[in-house]
Amino acid sequence: MEFTVDGRKVFAYTAAHALDAAKPTIVFAHGAGLDHSWFGLQSRYFGYHGYNVLAVDLPGHGRSERAPLATIEALADWVLRLLDAAKIERASLVGHSMGALTALECAARRPARVERIAFLGVAFPMRVSPAFLDAARNNEQAAYDMETIWGHAPQVPLGGNPNPGMWMYGDTLARLARLRPGVLYADLKACNDYAAGLESAAKVRCPALFVLGRRDRMTPPMGAQALAAAIHGARTVLLAPSGHSLMAEAPDATLDALIGFFREAVGA
Amino acid sequence: MAGPKYPGFDTLALHAGQSPDATFGARAVPIYATTSYVFRDSEHAASLFNMERAGHVYSRISNPTVAVLEERMAALEGGVGAIATASGQAALHLAVATILDAGHHIVASNSLYGGSHNLLGYTLRRFGIETTFVNPREPQNFKRAIRPNTRLVFGETLGNPGLDVLDIPAVAQIAHEAGVPLLVDATFTTPWLMKPFEHGADLLYHSATKFLGGHGVAIGGVLVDSGRFDWEASGKFPQLTAPYEGFHGMDFEEESGTRAFLLRARREGLRDFGACMAPMTAFHILQGIETLHLRMPRHVESTRKVVTFLDRHEMVESVAYPELASHPDHALAQRLLPRGCGAVFSFSMKGGREAGKQFIESLRVFSHLANVGDAKSLVIHPASTTHYRMSDEDLSKAGITAGTVRLSIGLEEAEDLLEDLDRALAAAQRGMKGA
Repeated sequence: MEFTVDGRKVFAYTAAHALDAAKPTIVFAHGAGLDHSWFGLQSRYFGYHGYNVLAVDLPGHGRSERAPLATIEALADWVLRLLDAAKIERASLVGHSMGALTALECAARRPARVERIAFLGVAFPMRVSPAFLDAARNNEQAAYDMETIWGHAPQVPLGGNPNPGMWMYGDTLARLARLRPGVLYADLKACNDYAAGLESAAKVRCPALFVLGRRDRMTPPMGAQALAAAIHGARTVLLAPSGHSLMAEAPDATLDALIGFFREAVGA
Repeated sequence: MAGPKYPGFDTLALHAGQSPDATFGARAVPIYATTSYVFRDSEHAASLFNMERAGHVYSRISNPTVAVLEERMAALEGGVGAIATASGQAALHLAVATILDAGHHIVASNSLYGGSHNLLGYTLRRFGIETTFVNPREPQNFKRAIRPNTRLVFGETLGNPGLDVLDIPAVAQIAHEAGVPLLVDATFTTPWLMKPFEHGADLLYHSATKFLGGHGVAIGGVLVDSGRFDWEASGKFPQLTAPYEGFHGMDFEEESGTRAFLLRARREGLRDFGACMAPMTAFHILQGIETLHLRMPRHVESTRKVVTFLDRHEMVESVAYPELASHPDHALAQRLLPRGCGAVFSFSMKGGREAGKQFIESLRVFSHLANVGDAKSLVIHPASTTHYRMSDEDLSKAGITAGTVRLSIGLEEAEDLLEDLDRALAAAQRGMKGA
């Protein structure tokens, strides 16, 4: 579904449903260099199970216009303006990696607008190696290779995609090949520069869930501990076989963790 | 700084697509001979049907053994994914049927396997899809044939029967300028000799019956998508970018981005046309792929010896192999196929049809049959078999002479192959003199 934010056309996947003011809303925010379809299975599930779904293409990604935003804070403000455009006052947030930091910052800035928040594959600080940043700045293939290889658990290239017939490395590389130059660098720099994590975590007032991959090489589970400790009542689910790309590597376990978390809200 | 390292081709050929069996620890790929899969509960069933969860429902759509083959081929080709089919022809049909409707048009090389020519030139025409065949040797021929309703450009990496080398970078550029994808049949090259996606192709398929299997015991095909063609940007493929009533209003591109083509090909194409691969077949093909990187160098090495031998033989008029300087695509082959030009080629004998028949019947190691890409060396004489009803004039139009012989070089001792050919050529020569 298309919306207009800051005068620019932006896109959010709604699982082919019109938004319904009577339903709770979940916003899905993707990670660096990716788009809404990274949450394909999970966002589709909630869209067909009683929720409004807004799986966004962040600015400069997928079908959303304009240049990528430079900071996590700017991304958070943009998500809040998208909610305005969609005429949604309160929503739950599911963020992956850069999207998780964005969700955190949304909840810190406007706690009254965030009902629940799920952080997938997150760490704070989310440091990006200088070599990775340099390669991304120069739009080198090496940056896409790092994103692809470090973005999955070590065993992934040797197989066993839960999604029949698909090769995860190839899928990630194909997505990155469609990126406009500079987008990956902008995303990585925003993650690397983000400094307000613990301060913002202390402002979160809603229930929070961390879903982390035990074999995550980009944001190892240890890197989320301080953030989780700073959010009152936050719980963590560790997915044993997964790396950073939880939604692709462990789609069912990720979905089950989210279903359990959101069912709590309705007392199911 | 160099990026982190991907697993090499040889490692992927052995491992990609398979996690060791979690229940029994089986190292080899288990053969899941099952039509269907038990649901955990009603909600799980509904979620699988509505594509909210990954998994298998019915083996016409997907099967765990077949999925290993599909993922392995996607890894070897550098694609986003693959779909295994009942044959190579089924893979070609699935590609076409996924993105073309009645009223659409294909521009195809005229240097094609006969079965592909039949499908495009006759059978698809019955369903309203027309094909213009062009000489692939001049890429601009593809451009000149493109119409407003063209939706696909198609060729073989190495064409039949003259081993025309498709200039994939040039033809891909022409296709992309027209907003349509380039599909290639990569059967003769396999991913070991060439990766068409690295040169700009968008979709490819194999007759897995040939070198991928290598053993000649199973018929199959594999269709692979690079995920690089932007269907949305093209604007010519509402099959993938608009809600589809045939799948609950799904917009495949919106739903899955890079996986849109394969999503529709699997969820519509396998569901409705049903040309799926059996798990036992996938197992057989996988056994072949695990040694592809060992077999292909040997195929090429022996082929070079045979080509050299024939090129110098007095009974041979010409040999069509792109590694020879005399081949029109020699320079292109050096650029696109540095590892070799495969193991299937044709040569023309002196003496016409009778000499050809005499030659074939005198061979002892080569098997006379209609297949290629086997571990065993194969031979066929088109003028006395597949094309025997044709006049010499019609043969010429098809790029074949009365003396054309097609060889597929296998993995036997090369010296034995040369000896076999030498003896048979001598027999043909004696037949000519005696006539």
